[in-house]
Amino acid sequence: MSRAGTVNAALLAVLIGGAIAAHLAGELFVVTLATKAAIFALAGVGLNFALGYGGLISFGHAAFFGLGGYVTGILASHAMSGEPLTTLPYTMNGTNEMLAIWPMAMLVCGLAALAIGALSLRTSGVYFIMVTLAFAQMIYWFAVGWPRYGGEDGLSFYVRNVFPGVNSMQPLTWFAICTGLLLLALVFTATVMRARFGLALQAARRNPQRTVAVGIRPFGIRLTAFVLSAMITGLAGSLYADLNRFVSPAMLNWHMSGEIMVFVILGGVGRLTGPVAGAMLFVAMEHLLGGVSEYWPALLGLVLLGIVLFAPGGIVGILTGGRRRV
Amino acid sequence: MLIFEQFLNGLQYGMTLFLMAAGLTLVFGVMGLINLAHGSLYMIGAFACAAVAQATGSFWLGVGASLAAAAAAGALIELAVIRRLYHRDHLDQVLATFALILIASEGTRWVFGSFPLYLSLPPSLSGTVSLGGLVYPSFRLAVIGLGLAIAVFLFWLMRGTRLGIRIRAGEADREMIGALGVDIRSLYTVVFALGAGLAGLAGALVGAVQSVQVGMGEPVLILAFVVIVIGGIGSIGGALAGALLVGMTDTLGRALLPAALATIMPQASATAVAASLASMLVYILMAAVLVWRPTGLFGVRG
Amino acid sequence: MRYTLTLAMAALLAAPAMADPIKVGMITTLSGGGAGLGVDTRDGFDLAMKLAGDAAVDITVITEDDQQKPDVAVQIADRMIQSEEVDILTGIVWSNLAMAVVPAAVQQGKFYLSTNAAPSALAGAQCHEDYFSLSYQNDNFHEAAGQAATDAGYENMVIMAPNYPAGKDALTGFKRFYEGEVASEIFTQVGQTDYAAEIAQIRDADADAVFFFLPGGMGISFLKQYSGSGVTTPLIGPAFSFSQDILPAAGDAALGIRNTASWSPDLDNEANKTFVDAFKAEYGRLPSVYAAQGYDTANLILSAVATADIADRDAFRDALMAADFPTVRGKFRFGPNRHPIQDLYLREVVRLDDGTLTNRIVDTAMTDRGDAYAADCTN
Repeated sequence: MSRAGTVNAALLAVLIGGAIAAHLAGELFVVTLATKAAIFALAGVGLNFALGYGGLISFGHAAFFGLGGYVTGILASHAMSGEPLTTLPYTMNGTNEMLAIWPMAMLVCGLAALAIGALSLRTSGVYFIMVTLAFAQMIYWFAVGWPRYGGEDGLSFYVRNVFPGVNSMQPLTWFAICTGLLLLALVFTATVMRARFGLALQAARRNPQRTVAVGIRPFGIRLTAFVLSAMITGLAGSLYADLNRFVSPAMLNWHMSGEIMVFVILGGVGRLTGPVAGAMLFVAMEHLLGGVSEYWPALLGLVLLGIVLFAPGGIVGILTGGRRRV
Repeated sequence: MLIFEQFLNGLQYGMTLFLMAAGLTLVFGVMGLINLAHGSLYMIGAFACAAVAQATGSFWLGVGASLAAAAAAGALIELAVIRRLYHRDHLDQVLATFALILIASEGTRWVFGSFPLYLSLPPSLSGTVSLGGLVYPSFRLAVIGLGLAIAVFLFWLMRGTRLGIRIRAGEADREMIGALGVDIRSLYTVVFALGAGLAGLAGALVGAVQSVQVGMGEPVLILAFVVIVIGGIGSIGGALAGALLVGMTDTLGRALLPAALATIMPQASATAVAASLASMLVYILMAAVLVWRPTGLFGVRG
Repeated sequence: MRYTLTLAMAALLAAPAMADPIKVGMITTLSGGGAGLGVDTRDGFDLAMKLAGDAAVDITVITEDDQQKPDVAVQIADRMIQSEEVDILTGIVWSNLAMAVVPAAVQQGKFYLSTNAAPSALAGAQCHEDYFSLSYQNDNFHEAAGQAATDAGYENMVIMAPNYPAGKDALTGFKRFYEGEVASEIFTQVGQTDYAAEIAQIRDADADAVFFFLPGGMGISFLKQYSGSGVTTPLIGPAFSFSQDILPAAGDAALGIRNTASWSPDLDNEANKTFVDAFKAEYGRLPSVYAAQGYDTANLILSAVATADIADRDAFRDALMAADFPTVRGKFRFGPNRHPIQDLYLREVVRLDDGTLTNRIVDTAMTDRGDAYAADCTN
């Protein structure tokens, strides 16, 4: 196994082993924290897909995280009230089946990303960063002002949606579901990046002119990557909604976009398990520093600053000792 | 008359945004640096002004203090953090300056406490002026004047001074002007401190009619980014145009949309829909501008 | 953020053991721009516990910062329920956070005592026997402002609030008791900082008065800009823009403006005098309405602990419902939906001799007011 492979395996082992150990020790809340880390990691894996491999710095991924959450919340609340979602063109009911909700959340995010990406990819560099932020802010303000599903107050659905055959309210089971999806997303990312499409995407990031010269049009490849990236982050949003049994515009806020970006950069941009390391460290710090001081966000800031200044490859960069691949 | 007043309000709000965006676009354009902490410098300016004005009883001493404090904080940040980031990509800059926001916000709260501070206008600015039948706050006219003055100052600085020539040369070719013996490192520190000072000044003036509290810089920061991106990054003229466009769009949107929508739907829903639409309007504007011109109105085509 | 405040210890072990120890989880906003409200809530609550001395010996309070983020609040609540095994949750300032936390908490068998937020949904259809509001129902201050506006004889008013559910509820609440015409209804943006466009509309409307609900920094910005605008239409609003955390920052811009609340620092009763003096002595500032509500909440818990054992949930619930505690509001009882029935006052911002700005009661706007949603509460 290569050094990077060892690090990947070790990081996942820490996440999964930690959750199981906490479960055995009866520390249910630590299992919940590990679940939160797994979900954030999944959101980060989604962003990393576009940002790390494709060089598409999206500052608007909260849009997809929040949309995934809202699809989940809306379907679940309709399932609870029994009121159909729409009756035109045909009757569509809500559902509380995760296996139905996930594809729906991913579909909605994919379509949104198709529209946002098609427009945003006309720009590049800083302009791309800011135009993705603009689209996310539009959706955020729409959600704040739209009363049907709670507006700023958000939408509660009290009971976690169901997964066939298991009790999703049980913390370790729920952790297993989320981590399972995280592993799937990691395998998917690794496979795609080694395939023709992934190689073309990375080539387009490193040297756009040459990519064009060999007859590949970067636009189509980037748009596809952006859509896939949004779908993964949207799935994470769906899980986050289920973790809290609640969605609100806060999931769509630019702070959320910033946090997802932090997971990726903290862990290591363009590294397969970078977002896993970043999300784990972030969740752990948020939890532990809170006990140190009332002004703990400043301590978090200092740690982030230290990593970005002195360890530019992120955590995975430190662990593998290799140069950053971006 | 109401339309004229709203037009003036849009102009005034645009100038407020320009005060914030000018420093941001300067730093962005010259050093290629995304500085999310610009809003924190704005907050530091407001807090410094409030503290000094409270202690001395003079608003104008407070304004001086805000310039000094924000410029000093800017220079310090540049020396300690920012100068390590110029050769990094935008991602690292986003993360590092995001971290600086956290530190600045909680640091300010640690020093000044959790409650908003008192800062009010001096008597000379707190009255109203009559403009041919329209009673208008003198403060808002002062903001328009100051915005114009700063725009002129920046144009002069960039076009008519040695410092400006060096800055523009550095923008075009860093290595070359380094080779010509210009100390690019201290030049950058000066530019960053200048940008920070402008943010601090904006914080002091705008803070006098807003709430001086932790986090006050964030909503303005996002709008300032919208402004410079619409205008074209690095262009002072672009920032001015972008600021006025955003200021007008936002103000006129809030003022006119409810009535406009009421002509096509019931009054009650028109008010609510208009409010939602108004809050999305500047972002719709930005997306439209960038889809039309991917490098902003005054940006370099590339 | 985690302070474990174990109140009084070994010295009091000899005191008669009344009941099982009780754990209270306080989730409130202690960092960021909204921290002032949470800090006051916590300080008011802690002060009551401190003053109670021996009586608080069996009560442990765990305080955590929700960062004003609903998802963080939910996760803290999960932890307090799963790991700390608290009996009572309290402290949330904001309605959107309350909506995220309260329904799940009471379903898991915890008491929730609200120190502030009390959205209409939780007062009506989604009410629960273990959820009590110690503050008000969200509409109350607005209703009182509506009544006060009617009493003042205003016949044509501009009404204004941010475009979010609490803002819409505010206007609905106001209109429930305001009998005049509405000249114009204005929705502002959440977190808006410049109010020039709205002030121009107010000037143009030429109304008798303006009702506005703009909590926190939004209110400070609006007040400052309004006072410099030359528009002289009188303002009236709920206490959220005139609370003790806001007044020092708003300064003279707030002077003389009438506002409505269920409490005021000059409210004339013994418990309130004790509270205001002790708060000033302890923290060196005047208490806000949030501090008063936190203080009352702690005293309600103390009163219930004195008469019932938390292990007997029905008895403890009855003890809470009895509301037999020395309230700073003079009188206080719960309605059928466990929301307050209380007097609401019209207050005016005044400057004391030492220069501090504060509120003074000028009138009682409503007597024994419950809320509009009690009939929908069947749980």
